[in-house]
Amino acid sequence: MEHIAKERFAHVGENVLEREAINRPSMTFMQDAMRRLVKNRVALVCVILILLMLVLSIVVPMVSAFDYREQHYGHTNAPMGMVCDDPNSPGSTHVHIFGTDTLGRDIFTRIWMGGRISLLIAFSTALIDFFLGVIYGGISGYFGGTVDIIMMRVLEILNGIPYLLIVTLLMLVLRPGVATIIIAYSVVGWIPMARLVRGQVVALKQQEYILATEGLGAGAGRIIAKHLLPNSLSVIIVRVTLSIPNAIFTEAWLSYLGLGVPLPMCSWGSLAQAGIENFRLYPWQLIIPAVCISLTMLAFNLFGDGLRDAFDPKLRR
Amino acid sequence: MSRYILKRVAYALLTLLALVTITFFLMHMLPGTPFIGDKTPPPSVLASMEAKYGLDKPLIVQYGMYLRNCLKGDLGISLSYEKPVLDIILDAFLVSADLGIRAIIFAVIAGVLLGALAAVKRGSAADTLSMIIAMIGVSVPSFILGALLQYFLALKLNQALGHTFLPVQGWGSFKQTVLPAFALGLSSLATVSRLMRTSMLDVLSADYIKTAKSKGLSQRLILWRHTLRNAIMPVVTVLGPTIAAVMTGTFVIESIFNIPGMGKYFVMSIKNSDYTMISGTTIFYGALLIVCTLVVDLLYGFIDPRVKLEE
Repeated sequence: MEHIAKERFAHVGENVLEREAINRPSMTFMQDAMRRLVKNRVALVCVILILLMLVLSIVVPMVSAFDYREQHYGHTNAPMGMVCDDPNSPGSTHVHIFGTDTLGRDIFTRIWMGGRISLLIAFSTALIDFFLGVIYGGISGYFGGTVDIIMMRVLEILNGIPYLLIVTLLMLVLRPGVATIIIAYSVVGWIPMARLVRGQVVALKQQEYILATEGLGAGAGRIIAKHLLPNSLSVIIVRVTLSIPNAIFTEAWLSYLGLGVPLPMCSWGSLAQAGIENFRLYPWQLIIPAVCISLTMLAFNLFGDGLRDAFDPKLRR
Repeated sequence: MSRYILKRVAYALLTLLALVTITFFLMHMLPGTPFIGDKTPPPSVLASMEAKYGLDKPLIVQYGMYLRNCLKGDLGISLSYEKPVLDIILDAFLVSADLGIRAIIFAVIAGVLLGALAAVKRGSAADTLSMIIAMIGVSVPSFILGALLQYFLALKLNQALGHTFLPVQGWGSFKQTVLPAFALGLSSLATVSRLMRTSMLDVLSADYIKTAKSKGLSQRLILWRHTLRNAIMPVVTVLGPTIAAVMTGTFVIESIFNIPGMGKYFVMSIKNSDYTMISGTTIFYGALLIVCTLVVDLLYGFIDPRVKLEE
């Protein structure tokens, strides 16, 4: 056995400050989640894709050579990449990148104009879903008992009323337009969010820290806003992300039924619907909006999954 | 147990009553009358039609009459089809349910297997494949999926083969159900397989699986008896509403594939202001939803003995 000199075991003294010092910056929960999210390559690609869709939707209709309503009767149903040689603008070298539709309107411009509408609808509904769902679900879950039973029954009834009936009636009362559609989509869209928040709140309010807060004399509003909601925020954010593709989906479906945005406005849903009619002759008229809808929904879904993993590391496997 | 069921049914009936009431008054706010179709009939004809169906009476009287008839099991006569609503719904429901059950069976079996496979072979090609399928299922709207399937798998494939492999549309033979059932089931398949994967991963890391392994049970036994049965619970939960929704048909798939199902009545009744049909379909769907949810909740207790239904 090797001999170790006794002098080597001298007491070096202690530095209390150094021992107690925090040698790494502390991280809040949100920072930690962001760090994990940035590491997730799939989620990152999805964010970039979503941003790209947003930027294109904003920029393309502004800079495009064609207006989304402009009709070129000489070139109806033109194929992709056709040069526009409209007699109205001789010598023009503008290209219909995605071709034209049955009325000779430039599909490329219409796609991004439709993207504006579809994304606007998607984001606004998600925002409305968030506020309505959080308030309703929070109150229902926190108070429990009779309040809870009644509020949940109301949701069930609202969920059962034929959706189309609500939409048709709303279109009647309000002026047809994007705002009306956002309201119509939000009428039942917030129900899953309210159910989710309620479930979270019911589970959380059994925790000791809520009892402690109550003991300190905090009121219901403060407990819900300051304690219950922040603790269920991660689940709520994931749900918001996933409600965006749902809104796009609903918008597309209503367009299919002819209850979408009024013409000549367009959305991805109404473009796809118009594309289906000409599908056998001009398949790209359906495929382009279909790809846009599907890519955006895919990006939001995968981004939502990434967010869930970031917020809840124990689910990440 | 029977008290629990009784209580659930009582609540459900109350909900259904409220639902019918609200729908009844809402639908009478719809524009136009049910009798104005392609051409407007003269006022005298319109008046006598309204008198025939009792539409000239005050709304509250109509409501009372409607409820009384409903209790007798009479949902009235459809104003635009001039046949009893119940007969129309039942005829169409048989078709929709036939298609829906096929779609659900396909979605559940394929979804559970795909999800389980993805969890067991996590990170492998099978995992990636099943997640891709799930992502397509949630990202492609059904009307686009239906149109694409019809174009490539029916129209183009038949042209390429020179004979009809899968019919483009219609209803009646097994082959005609393949594409619509697939289009209908794919989104449920996606939901099921994602749920299954997550819950399977949860169960696989549970202590009792470790115990089973250390007891020396075979991999197959562990998977089939211990893991799958526990992991399937979340899938069973979402199945109730899904079955109700899929079995009553979807307008989109049915119109693309030309299937005489129930979906179109949900849409057309509202477009035509066909009052009896609107409330008929609402009641039917509401009741089916209630029954499905109840059955699933009861099943829950059988599959997982730990779940107590009394609370």
